[in-house]
Amino acid sequence: MITSAELRARIGQGRVHRSLYNDPEIFALELERIFARAWIYVGHESQVPEPGDFCQTRIGLKPMLMVRQADRSIRVLHNQCAHRGAMVVAADEGHAQEFRCCYHGWTYGTDGRLKSAPLLNGYPGAFDPADPRVSMNEARSASYRGFVFATLAPDGPSLEDFLGPMTKSFDDMVDRAPDGAIEVAGGVFKHAYEGNWKLYLENLCDAAHPIFVHQSSIEAARAQSDNVPSDGAGEIAIRQMRQNGAPYSFWETQVGIWTYGNGHSYLGDYHDDAKLVAALEDPDFRDYIAALEAKHGSARTKEILDVRRWNSNVYPNLSFMSQFQQLRVVHPLSPTRTVVYTYNFRLKGAPPSFFRRTIAFANTVNGTGSLVLTDDLETYNRIRMGLSSAGAEWLQIGRGYATDEANEDGGRRGKNSTSEIYIRNMFDAWLGYMTAVP
Amino acid sequence: MTIELAEAERFLLHEARLLDEARFEDWLALFTADAWYWVPIAPDQDNPHDTVSLIYDDRRLLETRVRRLANPSMHAQTPPARASRLVANVTAEDSAADALVTRSKLLMVEYRRNAQRLFAATCRHRLVARGSGLAIAWKRVDLVNCDAELEGIVLPF
Repeated sequence: MITSAELRARIGQGRVHRSLYNDPEIFALELERIFARAWIYVGHESQVPEPGDFCQTRIGLKPMLMVRQADRSIRVLHNQCAHRGAMVVAADEGHAQEFRCCYHGWTYGTDGRLKSAPLLNGYPGAFDPADPRVSMNEARSASYRGFVFATLAPDGPSLEDFLGPMTKSFDDMVDRAPDGAIEVAGGVFKHAYEGNWKLYLENLCDAAHPIFVHQSSIEAARAQSDNVPSDGAGEIAIRQMRQNGAPYSFWETQVGIWTYGNGHSYLGDYHDDAKLVAALEDPDFRDYIAALEAKHGSARTKEILDVRRWNSNVYPNLSFMSQFQQLRVVHPLSPTRTVVYTYNFRLKGAPPSFFRRTIAFANTVNGTGSLVLTDDLETYNRIRMGLSSAGAEWLQIGRGYATDEANEDGGRRGKNSTSEIYIRNMFDAWLGYMTAVP
Repeated sequence: MTIELAEAERFLLHEARLLDEARFEDWLALFTADAWYWVPIAPDQDNPHDTVSLIYDDRRLLETRVRRLANPSMHAQTPPARASRLVANVTAEDSAADALVTRSKLLMVEYRRNAQRLFAATCRHRLVARGSGLAIAWKRVDLVNCDAELEGIVLPF
């Protein structure tokens, strides 16, 4: 067993030890001390709109079910039969009155409590079907504006305390809907890579990487004639790829990187293309802005659209982006394998054309066959290959260390937007979880 | 002028050969000026605009995709992948004057960095007459495992 002192020794000032990305013992501890203790994003309420609706989700490696109850509340259950441990529900999503195990027919209510099981006469006298220990066990869950989190910890901070000022990023996501509500729609990407789960979140607020990692798509997009036919999808994609090519001077000074307790952070927006930013009031956004103004008036609409956040990371498994209604959930599979599920949200009350932009954007940045993402995935794979060598024992995460500063809302931010403050902030949280031995 | 199935099949084999030989510019030249190329993420997906796709390229984005495939800074193809494609079971789905929609099966083995991946798909091409030959007005590739957890896809199918 790795001691707390040994864990602390693997994080230095501005550097972390390579074993944090590939050591099976570290990975097992992360599942136990981070994924089984933190609030983990498990889904959105719109995925289970009616009583009896369910969908599969995970906490770490554990298969879980998110289920809408008869009283419209939501429960998150271990998808595991109390009898022989089989996964009870096999469908990815669906609707059920009850859940029945395929093995011996143990049958549970949608609240996870055992309703019936055959041959109960064969059990010892002490066996009680009403005992919660023979249910599909429930995880503690809570939601913030429709985003559902669950935790395997019996107690701990409330969800809102855990999120802290990051609640504003969720507000931004929902407030952009003219009707004040959003729903998951438009399919799910499931992209896998051979690398540690932490690499994904570490990349999403990295303002220094696009110019280099995405050079091939930036150059290909810059050389593209805009006179070639597009039905709109290609235009969004090419504009986004060109934006990734903003110069270092822009990334350093114009973007902004903010960090908060529990490992959370967000990167400011880096877009100046009026076709990609509703706040710039391009005619393409006219119908959408009109729908917002009809509900909220022009002053409030301006206030809503002027929030310019890009990726918001909620440690340890969530990254979302309100401007194009994207949400990514990181699922660790092994020390060196990860799968990311990415979702889109439809803004209720927005014109249908607005959601088509969301889809085109998702294909561009989250698509398994994206011209952008595929170079990120290759980079994670190469980090995994490189870290297998003891030639360089430490990864550098010190950029911006000397100049980071406090923010008035209690967080800290990088004076330079390419500061790796958000990585150091995640490792502060990591060490806190990992050394909190009960 | 009707398009004969035998001619369409020869064309599909030619397309697969261009891709196997990584002649992507030549492959792009097979498409019409307003073509699209689509790899859905769900079986029976009805359109590429309201649901995400593994790949959905209108002509403009397809050109950018092919241009990137020649870019020396494309990390995802350093080292490059090679692939071997088998096209079979070619049938005519729908024909009209100067156009034919074919349905064919594709098996593609992709090799890169000591690993092979196998893709199986049903392809539909809308072929139109152009000059003395054919061109692709649209191409749809339905992978058997379209909704699986997949690593990045870079080579065209």
